[in-house]
Amino acid sequence: MSLNEEVDLLRRVPLFSNIEPSKLKLLAFTSERLTFRAGQSLCVQGEIGDAAYVIIEGQCDVTIDTPNGSLTLATVGQDDFVGEIAILCDVPRTATVTATDEVTVLKISKDLFLRMISEFPQMGVEVMRELAARLERTTIQLREARIAAST
Amino acid sequence: MESSIFRFVLRHSFRQQIMLTLMAAASFPFLYAFYEVPKAIVNDAIQGGTTFPVEIFGVELGQLAYLLVLCALFLLLVVVNQSFKYSVNVYRGLTGERMLRRLRYELYSRVLRFPLPTFRKMSQGEIIPMITAEVEPLGGFIGDAFSLPAFQGGTLFVILAFLFIQDPLMAGAAVSLYPLQVYVIPKLQRRVNRLGKERVRLVRRLSDRIGETVQGVPEIRVHDTSNFALAHFSHQLGLIFGVRYAIYRQKFFIKFLNNFIQQLGPFFFYSIGGYLTITGSLEIGTLIAAIAAHKDLASPWKELLRYYQMKEDARIKYENVVSQFAPPGILDERSQIDDSDISTKLQGELNTANLTLTDDQETSVVDGVSFRFSLDQNVAIVGVNGSGKDELTLLLARLLDPSAGSISVNGNDLSGMSETVTGGRISYVGPQGFIFATTLGENLFFGLKHVPLIAPDYDSDQTIKREREVAEAERSGNNSFDIHADWIDYKAAGVGDLVALRQEALRVLKLVDLGPDIYDLGLRGTIDPDSHPKVAQSILKARRALRERVAKDPNMSSLVETFDRETYNTNATVGENLLFGNPVGADFAMDSLAEDEYVLSVLDQAGLKDTLLSIGYQVASTMVELFADLPADHEFFQQFSFISSEDLPEFQGLLARVDRSQLNSVEAEDRIRLMSLPFKLITARHRLDLIDEDVQAKILDAREIFASSLPDELKDSVEFYDDDRYNSKANLQDNILFGKVVYGEAHASDKVGELIAEVIRELDLEDTVGLVALDYDVGIGGSRLSGAQRQKLAIARAVLKAPDILILSEATASLDAAAQLRLSPALMQEFGNRCLIWSLNNPALAENFDHILVMHNGRVVEQGSYSDLNKDNTQFKQLLAAV
Repeated sequence: MSLNEEVDLLRRVPLFSNIEPSKLKLLAFTSERLTFRAGQSLCVQGEIGDAAYVIIEGQCDVTIDTPNGSLTLATVGQDDFVGEIAILCDVPRTATVTATDEVTVLKISKDLFLRMISEFPQMGVEVMRELAARLERTTIQLREARIAAST
Repeated sequence: MESSIFRFVLRHSFRQQIMLTLMAAASFPFLYAFYEVPKAIVNDAIQGGTTFPVEIFGVELGQLAYLLVLCALFLLLVVVNQSFKYSVNVYRGLTGERMLRRLRYELYSRVLRFPLPTFRKMSQGEIIPMITAEVEPLGGFIGDAFSLPAFQGGTLFVILAFLFIQDPLMAGAAVSLYPLQVYVIPKLQRRVNRLGKERVRLVRRLSDRIGETVQGVPEIRVHDTSNFALAHFSHQLGLIFGVRYAIYRQKFFIKFLNNFIQQLGPFFFYSIGGYLTITGSLEIGTLIAAIAAHKDLASPWKELLRYYQMKEDARIKYENVVSQFAPPGILDERSQIDDSDISTKLQGELNTANLTLTDDQETSVVDGVSFRFSLDQNVAIVGVNGSGKDELTLLLARLLDPSAGSISVNGNDLSGMSETVTGGRISYVGPQGFIFATTLGENLFFGLKHVPLIAPDYDSDQTIKREREVAEAERSGNNSFDIHADWIDYKAAGVGDLVALRQEALRVLKLVDLGPDIYDLGLRGTIDPDSHPKVAQSILKARRALRERVAKDPNMSSLVETFDRETYNTNATVGENLLFGNPVGADFAMDSLAEDEYVLSVLDQAGLKDTLLSIGYQVASTMVELFADLPADHEFFQQFSFISSEDLPEFQGLLARVDRSQLNSVEAEDRIRLMSLPFKLITARHRLDLIDEDVQAKILDAREIFASSLPDELKDSVEFYDDDRYNSKANLQDNILFGKVVYGEAHASDKVGELIAEVIRELDLEDTVGLVALDYDVGIGGSRLSGAQRQKLAIARAVLKAPDILILSEATASLDAAAQLRLSPALMQEFGNRCLIWSLNNPALAENFDHILVMHNGRVVEQGSYSDLNKDNTQFKQLLAAV
């Protein structure tokens, strides 16, 4: 896959949709494109994270460890963005992301990611929007869990 | 050292000075004849002032023949005089240089013997210019010290005698002011001397200041005190300026006075001589002769005055330097050069009695300490900072001399032993061991190099050369040890030869927790396969084993792209693909491939020249597009760009100037600029889609052409990738891998690294790799190692020489806690029934020691075993609680 194709892919990712193409090209050029085989982990819960990933192709499971074994929270796929929490607030990885088939990602290092956010406020807004959406989902799930527990 | 330069000169070059003076004296008759012959030529031969034929040695000569004989004699005298001058000058230079060599050697050897506290007052910045620049002019002076006054004084004397013979009154008048000169000049000169001394002192302080700035730059920058530093420097420069200006004024005033008095001579000749001639009591011819003679008088007189100034200058410099190099308490020379037997072990009991050390403020840092322990024990010294434990270890290591009291081993006073004995049997490592700018191995073996032991194998020419060197060194009082000899004392390390020593070194490095580091350094190291054929063989074996493993495991085979002559390696750069090897030397350096004529001709033959130019153009425009908006100091330039931020504007201009369709007509400079870009492209990494399969095929053709038509003179400029050969320009890891780790596969390098480690383990090559690390160049002050690695290396060096007593003064304080915990039992075990004295930063580590000394305010307040001391109300308990 060439750089220009990658740029096209990146534009489909909501996070980057408002960023001008030349900057996306820089992002693509300075990011590492990685392939993970099925079963390999993009990030492991509890480890220190230094990068976030944009999934270009393939599917991953997001799981967390619980006392009752691992629990799958979500499945992420093409155009999704994972691993940003650890690099945004310097906490260990909050979940494990494992490739379920062959996954191609663009690995965006922490430095690069933070730099892009500060240079393109639009991207910061997109990150916020994404995080807010996730919070919203989590809140709903929590509420449902509470209701389920109380009945 | 001799207190004055003349004593120094006489003591060490008395014979040479006599020789020089005699040579000067011997030249006088010829010099006289040299003036005499022209007179005879003019008066007798040309003007016919004598009767011909003249008879010389029974041969009768006519006027013409006589002239020719005299001219031949004149020519001979020219040769003789110039030969005299030549040999005197050479001999004088030789004497001066030998004395300079002796002086520098003496000063350096004194630095080695300075008591340690001296270095608190004297910095590198002061010492270095003294030994290098300041003593340099002394060499020149020493050659002149006696011969110049003898020669010029003699000449002066002859001319004066001549003048007085002509007419005493006139001669007396002409030199009447000389006594005044002799009286006034030294007085003025003394003022210049004082200023000269001041100047030397100021310049020394200046260089000290510069040295301090260089070391303290981070502090200056972090506190933004550069203005303060500059003001300080400016102030010092101002002081130097003032002194130098004053010196110039004085010096030129002296010159003025000298010239003035000199010119008074002719004044007296014209007035008094003229008067005498008019009154008829002096012939005009004599007056003219006297004026001519006076003119010749000027030169030696000037030389003598110049000599006087030079002498004063040299005297000051010498005294100034020598006084600095004689600090109180300097070690005796003999303590470093005796031939005591160092094989006797230090055994039995170590005993200190009333051991005291006072600092320069007369405070007792170590205060009447007495203790004893057996030298088969491990001893811990604990205490807070400033308790005197550091100084105590320095006293025990004999790096400081006690102000009072004694240390003895089995009844023998330690201070009575020479450094030869203590240096062989005692090791010491402080909180920051120093690492020298050489290889790791040489750093380790440093502690074993006391004297040359095995003479090198010289052929007859080299032997003669070496003998000459020895003779010359001895003439200058230098030591004549051969630096090329084998200095390593293998016996002391308990081994027989270098091979065994290197094994032992590896063992010690592992002991001090450097095992993994050594493995990594070894893998990154290179070897010369010709001198280490076995290592090269084993690495090739590992290469094959790795290849098999990779081939068997499909997960691995996707991670490595092996070098293959027939295929394009998409994970290597275009340059690497073209050369299919590593450049040796500058001919095919990757950065300048586009400038090499041979490379260009190969590209031309393969039909790649225009292709690469066009690719270069596209790379340039992509780079300009991507990076043009970034600030020039943006880190991306360094990390990712093919074009540096400084060059970017040039490329922008180039792209604006040159259209893509006109690349053929581009200027040579721009062509090189564009063509150098594609060589750095890695297809898999950069994903610019510029090196398509067609281009790859052409590059393969070019690769073939490059190798097959490589001219003989360039054959050594590239080391080709060859599956059956060890590549001397690649490191061990790259040699084993013989390919590239694939870009874009998660954790590829880690996995490949693990696999290589596995292969190395299986083939039992860990030690081979470790041994290669011994040749790793550690950089200036060990800067290519981490702080922890440096410190561990310093400890390993101290352990390797197998001392009877190892003294560690907070030597592991800078290491992390886990490393400290690993090191301490390992060292204790290593020293089994030898003595380990360890001043600990953490008293908890004292648990396993046989004996513990607790220091407080310079005294040993408690001592005993851990269980003795670990009780309520002890100082030791308090120390433990404080951690």
